[in-house]
Amino acid sequence: MANLTKTNRRDFLKIAATASGGLFIGFYWSGCDSPKMKVLTNEEVLLNAHNFNSYLTISPTGEVVIYSPNPELGQNIITSFPMVVAEELDADWKKVRVFQANLDTEKYDRQLTGGSGAMPHSWERLRKAGATARHLLIAAAATKMNVDASTLSTSNGEVIHKESGKKIGYGELVADASKLTAPEEVALKDPKDFKIIGTPVKNVENKAMFTGQPLYGLDFYREGMLHAMIQRPPFGMKIKSVDDAAARAISGVTDVVTFKNNVAVVGKSTWPLMKAKKLLKIEYEPDGVVESTFDHDRLFAELLNGKTAEVKRKDGDVDAAFKNAAQVITSEYQCPFLSHSPMEPQNFFAHVQGDKVELVGPTQTPDRARNDTAQLLGIPPENITVQITRLGGGFGRRLRADFVTEAAELSKMMNAPIKLTWSREDDMTGGAYRPAVRYRFQAALDESGNMIGYKLRGVGINAGNSTRENNFPSGAVENVLIESVDHKSAITTNAWRAPITNFLAYAEQSFLDEVALAAKKDPVQFRLDLLAKAKASPVGELQYDVDRMIGVIKMAAEKSNWGKDANVMQGFSVYFSHRSYVAQVANIEMENNQPVLKKIVAATDCGIVVNPTGANHQVRGGIVDGMGHAMYGNLTFENGLPKQKNFDTYRLIRMKEVPEIDVHYVQNGIDPTGLGEPALPPTGGAVANAIFKATGRRLRSQPFIEQKEFSDIKLQIKRA
Amino acid sequence: MANYNLRINGNDYNVDVEDDTPLLWVLRDHIGLVGTKYSCGIAQCGACTVHVNGEAAFSCTLPVSSIGSDEITTIEGLSSEGDHPVQKAWDEVDTAQCGYCQAGQIMTAAAFLRKNPKPTMEEIENAMNRNLCRCGTYHKIREAVALAAKLK
Repeated sequence: MANLTKTNRRDFLKIAATASGGLFIGFYWSGCDSPKMKVLTNEEVLLNAHNFNSYLTISPTGEVVIYSPNPELGQNIITSFPMVVAEELDADWKKVRVFQANLDTEKYDRQLTGGSGAMPHSWERLRKAGATARHLLIAAAATKMNVDASTLSTSNGEVIHKESGKKIGYGELVADASKLTAPEEVALKDPKDFKIIGTPVKNVENKAMFTGQPLYGLDFYREGMLHAMIQRPPFGMKIKSVDDAAARAISGVTDVVTFKNNVAVVGKSTWPLMKAKKLLKIEYEPDGVVESTFDHDRLFAELLNGKTAEVKRKDGDVDAAFKNAAQVITSEYQCPFLSHSPMEPQNFFAHVQGDKVELVGPTQTPDRARNDTAQLLGIPPENITVQITRLGGGFGRRLRADFVTEAAELSKMMNAPIKLTWSREDDMTGGAYRPAVRYRFQAALDESGNMIGYKLRGVGINAGNSTRENNFPSGAVENVLIESVDHKSAITTNAWRAPITNFLAYAEQSFLDEVALAAKKDPVQFRLDLLAKAKASPVGELQYDVDRMIGVIKMAAEKSNWGKDANVMQGFSVYFSHRSYVAQVANIEMENNQPVLKKIVAATDCGIVVNPTGANHQVRGGIVDGMGHAMYGNLTFENGLPKQKNFDTYRLIRMKEVPEIDVHYVQNGIDPTGLGEPALPPTGGAVANAIFKATGRRLRSQPFIEQKEFSDIKLQIKRA
Repeated sequence: MANYNLRINGNDYNVDVEDDTPLLWVLRDHIGLVGTKYSCGIAQCGACTVHVNGEAAFSCTLPVSSIGSDEITTIEGLSSEGDHPVQKAWDEVDTAQCGYCQAGQIMTAAAFLRKNPKPTMEEIENAMNRNLCRCGTYHKIREAVALAAKLK
């Protein structure tokens, strides 16, 4: 054999994990273009580098190292955070390297990914981190050049003395600058002077992703680690007996252990565990109420009509408004449970050694991973380190730390480093779903078609408050009653991208379409009229900015040529969530008497767009996600167990099922808000309203393809 | 357990595994080539796509015993410097969100373009429809495949 290679696992370990704070990721793609130029290793860059603050280190060679604290799951925070620091630093982006920071609650606040909150939370902190370092570099240059700091400017990683034409690179200044005291207050740039923010900077991990470098939790490897997989019980059941003889007989399985209603198989690699897990003979018995989807349908009807509900908002006199109404419209909308199904199934590495723990893996909440582990093991949180890998998606599922504590518990039991892997089936049956919810909406119209009363009752299975009582149309209607009923179930639920609003927005925006029709008003004008009222005489508390909502509505209408072409059947939807505003129009054209979805137009107001490529990704991705789950997503239960266990029966949207998506942004210079979630909520409504316009069929439940109203509709998707 | 000699990315590897071990797990657990991803394990999502004698294949359901002398290419072996036209196009278009499915997408696209160097958009969509992307980067993937065809 010519070239026999026995792999040395250590080779790729070096890339996967480093000693000095975080994963190295700033691969130099440009290095390929100029092979003669020596590209410094990350170790070389960090050697002799000077630290300015939690985010920023600069080496004497001029390389700027920016630490990104928040977990990266596809929202591209690992590129956009450093862009903000580099902007205020006036760094040369080509010399910027980005490292994912480990969990460090002393250095960083809110080191989590959720609620589209990272950018609004950190915007000013990041700008100050860059601006204070820039201030110190200028001060060091002033001393060095013996000129007044006010005569100096910065550009592209250099301090410039305009009068003499002298320039000094940041690298030459860092030794002096890092010794100076940072100012308390520092001037920030005028947004009109931004050079990096607002430009399509490429994802800093492109090369690593596109060449297959180990980046994700599932790629993590540690010499001597054992693999583990777990069989978890159906919801509401407990283990009665376990027969693990057949599982133990599988070659490569080293142990089978039962703990806390779980049976874990442990071994030296993944495949034997997958086989062994299927051979476990576990008998379960009820441990409380064991539910099926059938029970939920009955429950929804009961609770919607029940006397008790938590009143979330009450304005005016709703009873009188409905009594005096010329017309009352009532409609119910229902959504199923959904799985998060990130492409990378849940996994984590844990190594418990005495009262010290090392955790490595994909988590949206590293702090929770640490605290839950500390609580489980009864040790102080500061004894636990958490290294954050890249996340192969999250969608809210990785806000939980169940997979982390499982790994830690097994590591302690086995007295070994453990890499816990969930199979796809484990991921889909392992709980923490988007809750199933049913809503009843009621609107009272006066003789002129004005909405004088609005009622909403939401009933959810472990949904908490299934309403957003202070969101539109609250504030625009005199008489409002909003109620929520929550049914406690053994089926676990969790935040799922745009929690609650991922479905509420569709239901509400479809219902408002029904109301506009009954009021004989154009759906866009109907919403604008309501907002005009909310602006002129707001009723109660409003959590949205009326003008920004009007802004996206008008932009979406304009960009979609709303109502201008009789051959285009349009559906409108608008929603405010997670501090951002998004309006959408879906365009359907009829071909051979069947609807063809051609395009979705989106108008977004998220303030300043930090990275247009990243923003487009989030808006398009949110729309694809919203449409896919509205069309196909359905997780049903039988005796506490999901019937769908993998992508053969749990259908996710594919390339040929997405229409063209046009993306537009309101330019208003307001500080940026997040975009990971806000584009998703409006989509289901825009699509459903367009389908109604085209076919007269109102889709009041998801997934659309399983509704009888949709059964003879062949919705085609065509892209330009 | 049985001993297999495998030809992967131009190198020869020797592994001791059970006959039914899917190539995916041989790559990831036994050889340390983790660029090929596990996601569904039942040939539904395409995250595990590799080339077998130049053809795109789901490695999650391909038993090691069926490989014999076939030439395997993984994302790590698609090019030596990450400069295959498909990889360059993926960077140029800035295709990824979470990125987990993208190695599989790239491998599907590279095998497809080798057979069909000047595809129409419809042909691109038909070829790429077998790969799931949970983040919804489908528009970018279309664009990147079309660009890669031009870069060749």
